[in-house]
Amino acid sequence: MAVLAVAFVFSFLFYLVLTAGSGKVLFWSIEEIGFGLVFAAFTAVLAKKFFCSTGTKLGFRSLNPKRWVFFLIYAIGPLFFEMAKANIEVAYRMITKKIKPGIVKISPGMKSDFGTMMVANGITLTPGTLSVDVDEKGNIYVHWIFVESKNPKLEDVCSSFPKWIRRIAE
Amino acid sequence: MIILVIYAFLAIGIIFQTSGVIALHQFPDVYTRLHGSTKCTTFGSIFIYLAVIVYGAWFAFSGQPEYAVLSIHTLIVMVLLLVTNPTGAHAIARAAYRSGVMPKGAVVDMLKEKYRVGKK
Repeated sequence: MAVLAVAFVFSFLFYLVLTAGSGKVLFWSIEEIGFGLVFAAFTAVLAKKFFCSTGTKLGFRSLNPKRWVFFLIYAIGPLFFEMAKANIEVAYRMITKKIKPGIVKISPGMKSDFGTMMVANGITLTPGTLSVDVDEKGNIYVHWIFVESKNPKLEDVCSSFPKWIRRIAE
Repeated sequence: MIILVIYAFLAIGIIFQTSGVIALHQFPDVYTRLHGSTKCTTFGSIFIYLAVIVYGAWFAFSGQPEYAVLSIHTLIVMVLLLVTNPTGAHAIARAAYRSGVMPKGAVVDMLKEKYRVGKK
C-alpha cells in the first residue's frame, strides 16, 4: 500500500512537470490536473511491481534526498568530465589508428543490481572502455581499446565511479 | 548574445557527432566502432539539447511562457538518453560476443573463459 501511494505521488508529479505552463491554476489548467490524477492512479497500479522494489535492495531508502543530490553532483561533475575526455580520446584513436584492444575483467564489488548497472553505464561513457558482459557475481567484462595491463586495477578502468555510486545506490 | 551561446552549443554538438560518424568508418571491428558511436552520439546530443534548452528558456523569460515546456521536455529526454544509450551499446556488444564475433587483434580476452566454463 505504501508503495502504491509513493508511486502515485511520483507519477502525478511527473505528469505535472510534463504539462507545466498549460493554464492559470499556478501553472496548470483544471483539466490537466484532473486527467493527471486519473493517469497517475493507472500508472501507480502498473508500476507497483518495479517502483522502490526490493530487487534493487534499496526499497524506500532510494527516496532519501541525499542520494538524489549526490546523483546530481555525480552527473554534472565526474561523469560529464569523463565524457569530455572520452570524446577527445576517441578522436585521437580515430586519427592515429593506434589501438590495442582486449577484454578484461574487473570486480567493482557492488552489492545491488542497480549499482552494477550504473557502474556499467559509467564505464561505457568513460575513455576507451565499453562494458560487454556481466556475470552473476557482479564482475563486469570490459572491452578496452588500449590495454595497459592485463590485470587492471579498478581505478584504471572506471576512475572514481564506484565510490560515487556506492553513495547513490547502496 | 544568447544567440551566440546557442550557435556555440550547436557547433560543438555537430563536431562531436561528426567525429562519431568518422569513427564508424575508421575502426576495424564492431566493438571499437561501438566506442565511437556511443560516446560521441551521447556527448554531441547533450550539447544540441543544451542549445534547445537555452532557446526555450530565452523565449520563456522574454514573455512567452509556453516555451518553458520545450526546455522541460528536452531536459527529460537528455536524462533518458544518458541512461538508454550506454545500455543499448551494452546489449549490442553482448549479442555480438554471444553470436561469436571475436574482437579483432585482441591482446587479452577474459570473456572467453566464462563461456568455455559455461559450456562444460
